Amino acid sequence: MELTGADLVRAAALLGAGIAMGLGAIGPGVGEGYAAGKACEAIGRRPEEAGLLTRTMLVGQAVSESTGIYSLVVALLLMFVVK
Amino acid sequence: MAIDQLTWIHAASYFGAGVSVGFGAIGAALGEGYTAGQASDILSYRPRMSGEILKTMLVGQAVAETAGIFALVVSMLLMFGELKGHTLLEGWAYVGAGLSAGLSAIGSGIGAGFPAGAACKALARQPSASGQITLNMLIGASITQTPCIFGLVIAFLLMFLDHSAMPYYPYWAAFLGAGLSTGLAAIGPGYGGGLVGSGACLSLARNPEAQRPITTAMLVGIGTTQSTAIYGFLISLILIFKGFPESTSYVPSFALLGAGFAMGFGGIGPGIGEGITGKYALDQVGRVPEEATLLTRTMLVGQAVSESTGIYSLVVALLLVLNA
Repeated sequence: MELTGADLVRAAALLGAGIAMGLGAIGPGVGEGYAAGKACEAIGRRPEEAGLLTRTMLVGQAVSESTGIYSLVVALLLMFVVK
Repeated sequence: MAIDQLTWIHAASYFGAGVSVGFGAIGAALGEGYTAGQASDILSYRPRMSGEILKTMLVGQAVAETAGIFALVVSMLLMFGELKGHTLLEGWAYVGAGLSAGLSAIGSGIGAGFPAGAACKALARQPSASGQITLNMLIGASITQTPCIFGLVIAFLLMFLDHSAMPYYPYWAAFLGAGLSTGLAAIGPGYGGGLVGSGACLSLARNPEAQRPITTAMLVGIGTTQSTAIYGFLISLILIFKGFPESTSYVPSFALLGAGFAMGFGGIGPGIGEGITGKYALDQVGRVPEEATLLTRTMLVGQAVSESTGIYSLVVALLLVLNA
């Protein structure tokens, strides 16, 4: 099988997309889990503040999610946009 | 120097054997070491309970060893099994099998050590609840073994499937990707499931009366952690069985390999993160059992958000497979 330049670029872009999304998902997953864990701990201590704590947890997790979304965007760009 | 096809397959099977038991030995050893460390730690406070603690430690370590034994079995089969030698694909399948069995044993081995270590501590603190603690330890540690069973299934599928009718391109990459997807994605759920189990054991020691809410919350929490392992397993099955046409360029091969990496790595983070959430939640369920419903709900919301990146990975992996 002949390897052309265009094929090489496309193959590398698709492999890169997979690696980008895969590795990029590790950090947010662990970080958001930690945030949720600490929120559960706090709710156990002050159940009457559950609403406030859940809100804070979700805001924190949303910020932590951002790098996962960057990875998703880069993966989609590599798959569908770059030539 | 010409090397014939059978020699390549032979070499690949030995390489797969090394990869399998090499990676597979990491997890079980770390998990058992952690258990032994916790047992020694608590023995220094309660030397009179040495018999009971030693027994729990050994039972827990035996469960953690399962993951390592699976990897060893795959490695033995790869070394001494019969080679078919129809196509060069067989070699890639053996490498994929080694990766799947080896990598998937890491998380389950480490994970099973957590409930075992926690159970040793919990027993010494609350000897009257020993039956319930041991039961929860066994449930937690065995659910933690699920991801490495997925790895074993994929390894067997790759080893014993008839590849003679499959085109070399892109199947070499599909097999490699299948091994990576299940193998890597199993690391997080194994580790995370163990954390939830350890939280449950320690929580029982604090409040043995809250046995029901603790066990329920543990099963819910541990079940959620396993989800990304299931995604990994799913992507591997798609890669093996979808039936890709013979390709005329290298592009589809690398798309499939990329899918394996995306789902494999992508499964690690959510698994660990959801495990951390479950551990803290379980800790509080033992402390304030009357708020168990609220805590379980918050735990599930938090775990669902943590799951999101795993779902992105699943979507990207599926898009890559469809692109191939």
